[in-house]
Amino acid sequence: MTVVNFAHGSLYMLGAYFGFTVLALTGSFWLALLAAPLMVGGLGLLTERFLIRRLYGRSPDDPLLLTFGLSLILVEAVRLIWGKIGRTLDPPRTLGGTLDLGFMRFPTYRVFVIAITVAVLVGLWLFLERTSVGLVIRAGSRDPLMVRALGIDVSRIWLLVFGIGTALAGLAGILAGPMRGVSAEMGVTMVIESFVVVVVGGMGSLIGAVVAGVLMGQVVGLTTFFAPKLAEIMVFVVMAVVLLIRPSGLFGEAGLLE
Amino acid sequence: MTRLERLVGGLSAHPVAAFFAFFAVFPFLLPYRALATQVLIFGLFALGFNLLYGYTGLLSFGHAAYYGLGAYGTGIALAKLQVGSLWLGLAAGLGLAGLGGAVIGFFCLQRRGIYFAMLTLAFAQLLYFIAFHLADWTGGDDGLRGIPQLKLGLAGFALPVDSTLGFYYFAYALVGLAVAGLKRILDSPFGAVLQAIRENGSRAVACGYDVNRVKLLSFVFSALFAGLAGSLDALRLTVVPIESLYWTTSGQVVIMTLLGGAGTFFGPFAGALTYLVLEDRLSTFTESWPLVIGAIFSAFVLFLPRGIWGTLLGGIYGHKGA
Repeated sequence: MTVVNFAHGSLYMLGAYFGFTVLALTGSFWLALLAAPLMVGGLGLLTERFLIRRLYGRSPDDPLLLTFGLSLILVEAVRLIWGKIGRTLDPPRTLGGTLDLGFMRFPTYRVFVIAITVAVLVGLWLFLERTSVGLVIRAGSRDPLMVRALGIDVSRIWLLVFGIGTALAGLAGILAGPMRGVSAEMGVTMVIESFVVVVVGGMGSLIGAVVAGVLMGQVVGLTTFFAPKLAEIMVFVVMAVVLLIRPSGLFGEAGLLE
Repeated sequence: MTRLERLVGGLSAHPVAAFFAFFAVFPFLLPYRALATQVLIFGLFALGFNLLYGYTGLLSFGHAAYYGLGAYGTGIALAKLQVGSLWLGLAAGLGLAGLGGAVIGFFCLQRRGIYFAMLTLAFAQLLYFIAFHLADWTGGDDGLRGIPQLKLGLAGFALPVDSTLGFYYFAYALVGLAVAGLKRILDSPFGAVLQAIRENGSRAVACGYDVNRVKLLSFVFSALFAGLAGSLDALRLTVVPIESLYWTTSGQVVIMTLLGGAGTFFGPFAGALTYLVLEDRLSTFTESWPLVIGAIFSAFVLFLPRGIWGTLLGGIYGHKGA
């Protein structure tokens, strides 16, 4: 898909808040984990159908500008509804404590997050690479005109992609809540970080995103250990180096989305 | 043709003269004078952004970087290095912003399209983090304080610019020069190449223009305008808040330019005025004013992509003009 959604970070933040509210109302983390992506995905579907769809065919900058405006609205609306002070989200008791991995002890909740992430990644990969809908999505991002000429309704595909993308943002939000806390500001830094990951990994490459994500995690972890002040800066230094050596990213192909 | 349209058309035909005439009386048209200086400074900031986005077709989401570099350059020269001259302070801000524009522009122009927009944002955040941690020089989270209010040395005279109106006319003269400079750039063959790149990049390459060099030069010019705005704001406030470099500042200039009309000469000033008046009015009765501005901005992107000034011009020429 050829839309960069600036509001992605705000939807991630919204996922955490929806999860927080469902957890507060029902007391079930599992229900919150299910409801947050569905609610955010639903909102994503409405946004695509009624707002972003109007901008296809105009400059590719326009969806970015519109979603920037929407992210301002979302952040402010969250402050209005849930207040300015951040909230905490507690993981269920079964996922509290630590797990003995043999060589070290690791927080159980983080193991759970890693497991979910791997499951989602494998599912997404299978969906994009092994199903006919996935094939249409990949073809549509290359040459939407050709796909339309083959008699496929591209607008429905875009709607689906946007829905899945935003639902995953919501899932990430509720998963991150217990680790990073819940605040209205959590979204924007996240969208910048994840874009750096995509630039390093290469747009349109799932493997690139995973490798770059792990690489950036290591870079931040190591610099925090040796020179904590430089941790935030190192991420951008790595990005600048990748841009110089391999402008299309580690696993990216040149020309996509340009 | 309505009277308003005739006025807008006349202003566009002689933009530099129109700027000097209108802004000479501008402070007296507003409820309070301080707002006039803000409109000038943010108008200049948006003017720089507009050179890159409106005329060259490059969307920067990190213009806070050059505004902030200008502000910190001037602030550090005056408060930390004690250079003792307004002119040297301004030169330091401009120099730093131009240098930053050249280096960051070089990196960002490795990629095109949406990548470019997000790269500019990423590099601006990098500068924010650097300023945050270099507290000895920048004051870190508290902002840079203690910028002295100096007199302006001009041809042997020392003019005080510490009154609201005095500073306004000091800014008015400098912004006016910048406006004349922009007009000169746009009227030159170089300016024509910029607009050729915006309309059809591949064709500009095919015509034999060194498109990357032209883009980088446009980026540097744009950074210089933004840097001058930052310098002036540092002098106006006598502090440089850390938010100068934050992404919200980049967002602000995007909103102002799009509200006013990207790719139009006076759009940035119209947008800065609209934004600042809205912020001023709205913040008196709701804390959630960014929500309203976000909604107005989104509506503009959807339904009024030419912005206020562009729509007025469109009424006259029937196309995107001057």
